[in-house]
Amino acid sequence: MTTTATSPAKAQRPLKGPAAVKAVRKVFSGSLASAAAVAIGLIWTVPTLGLFVNSFRSRADSATTGWWEFFVHPSFSLSGYNEVLTGQGGLIIPLVNSLAITIPATIIPIFIASMAGYALAWMRFRGSDAIFFGIFALQVVPLQMALVPLQQYYVHGLQFAGITLLPSPGINGTIAQIWLTHTMFSMPLAIFLIHNFIAQLPSSLMEAARVDGASHLRIFRSIVLPLSMPAIASFGIFQFLWVWNDLLVAKTFGGTSPDMQPVTARMQSLVGSYGAHLDLLAPAGFLTIVIPLIVFLSLQRYFVRGLLAGSVKG
Amino acid sequence: MDSSTVGQAASTLFGVVEAVGGFIAILLIVFFVAGRATGRFQRPIAIVVCLGPALFLVALGLIIPAITTINNSLKNQQFLGQLDTKYIGLKNYTYAFTDSYTQQTILRTVLWLVIVPAAAVFVGLLMALLVDRMKYASIPKTMVFLPTAISFVGAAVIWSYVYNFVTPSQPQTGLLSEVVMKLGWSNPPNWLITVPLNTFLEMVIMIWIQAGFAMVVLGAALKAIPDEIIESARLDGASGATLFRTVQIPMIRNTLVVVMTTVMITTLKVFDIVFTLYNGNFDTDVLARQMYADMFVTNQVSRGSALAVILFLAVTPLVYYNIRQLRREREIR
Repeated sequence: MTTTATSPAKAQRPLKGPAAVKAVRKVFSGSLASAAAVAIGLIWTVPTLGLFVNSFRSRADSATTGWWEFFVHPSFSLSGYNEVLTGQGGLIIPLVNSLAITIPATIIPIFIASMAGYALAWMRFRGSDAIFFGIFALQVVPLQMALVPLQQYYVHGLQFAGITLLPSPGINGTIAQIWLTHTMFSMPLAIFLIHNFIAQLPSSLMEAARVDGASHLRIFRSIVLPLSMPAIASFGIFQFLWVWNDLLVAKTFGGTSPDMQPVTARMQSLVGSYGAHLDLLAPAGFLTIVIPLIVFLSLQRYFVRGLLAGSVKG
Repeated sequence: MDSSTVGQAASTLFGVVEAVGGFIAILLIVFFVAGRATGRFQRPIAIVVCLGPALFLVALGLIIPAITTINNSLKNQQFLGQLDTKYIGLKNYTYAFTDSYTQQTILRTVLWLVIVPAAAVFVGLLMALLVDRMKYASIPKTMVFLPTAISFVGAAVIWSYVYNFVTPSQPQTGLLSEVVMKLGWSNPPNWLITVPLNTFLEMVIMIWIQAGFAMVVLGAALKAIPDEIIESARLDGASGATLFRTVQIPMIRNTLVVVMTTVMITTLKVFDIVFTLYNGNFDTDVLARQMYADMFVTNQVSRGSALAVILFLAVTPLVYYNIRQLRREREIR
């Protein structure tokens, strides 16, 4: 390193020899890497772009020519969306169902899990560590293991040796079984995520509130809950996308009528009767993915955090 | 839109308000009542109020069902609600590993488990390295990350426009056929029903979804390598591939394995893609799909339960490893 390298006169002079080769290679590899990154990005986007373009073409066009023809012979039609939304067995009700499942399945776990997280972090008692670790370890149980028993419970109640321990909740045949299932299954992740955040709140804050005579429930409501918003947001977004995109629970408890199905299950039925609905698949598909995409793009930062923590979800 | 649809939508949404509102109202009442308690009961009551609902849900939704499913897997139950069931020992498990169709399913699932995580991690790592020092990196990153938010069903629909087959003499509607025909392959096959190609094409969809996750997590790990380490390695003459192989890879090895196992866990339970595309026909069936069919379609509840337990046993070491890794990292911080 010499001082001349920083002087403007020298820097403007063309480089020669190995220095020039090195400089060229550096620039080239930089822009080559960027070009490769952009290329991968484009490859990753093209399939979705195809769906998006096709959803705005007329039925005849999308059935007979590829979506890329749009860029040569542009044609624009909203008839697909019109039919998908208003036609017989349309997507309006499934979209509403998806919302009606996702909202309770996101909000209710937030309250229950943050209450539990607070109790386990700040009302320590004998066995509280064991309970926390037990709940945490339950992430290993895959959803698949609960399907048949939960269906039995929703229909017949919880029975052991012929004795009914817990009556059926009386929600058989409603979408409540779907969000209740998601609520139960979100518990390990929700408690883990929110507990870890609550446990790191400053203890001086809690002590000050105790000295002022606030009860545990009051501390939870007016201090812990508002301060835990970052963790709650991370979990909430993860859970929203998880529930909205789920098919297995929806398929198991949603029945076959569009009245009861969320949009993923309805979409799967449409694909199943492939030949009949091929032309409607694109607008329906786009409607299925647009809400999670909006949520994702606007709240990506929180989502990444939830995703990292949720990476052990069994 | 006719009025009955509007009415139905309104009543469904009212149900949401009822459910969430009712839940919060009950919570407030319980808090109010429990808040009256003073003295030595205050603490235990608060603990029960806070912890009770969560423990109840976990017991009802996870613990009891898991035990029931293990129990079911040892019986000869065929349809839901069947009463005269008997214990038949491990027969359902021996069936799973000896029946030729199920064997094929398990082997295919193993193939998914090997290829998808490896490919997703490869693309994710490549992408993370390429954008590491790039300007406007967020644009290509978002493009690769976007499929993470798309449901498997949505992805299956998206890719059905890539894999769609039309007789070669007609104008093509599937992107893949169009591309390979432009490249000179005049007679491409019907992609999704050609065995064994179709299984690999379905894996591509899964890789497409998972690569973004791998990229984000590995990118964060690469960024977390202290600059001094990279700089001193550069001063020692390491650059490009050498730097990557001798410094960056060892530094992010733990993260690499966690990402790998995480994608494995997701892949092990892949159901939606296979189910949506051809319902496991044309030799594409996987464990989670066959389990669903056993349980709810073909009336083989106990056999399906055995497959669910196999799934559970396969997931357990992966989750255990991830949890241990997660705890270790937390201790370091």
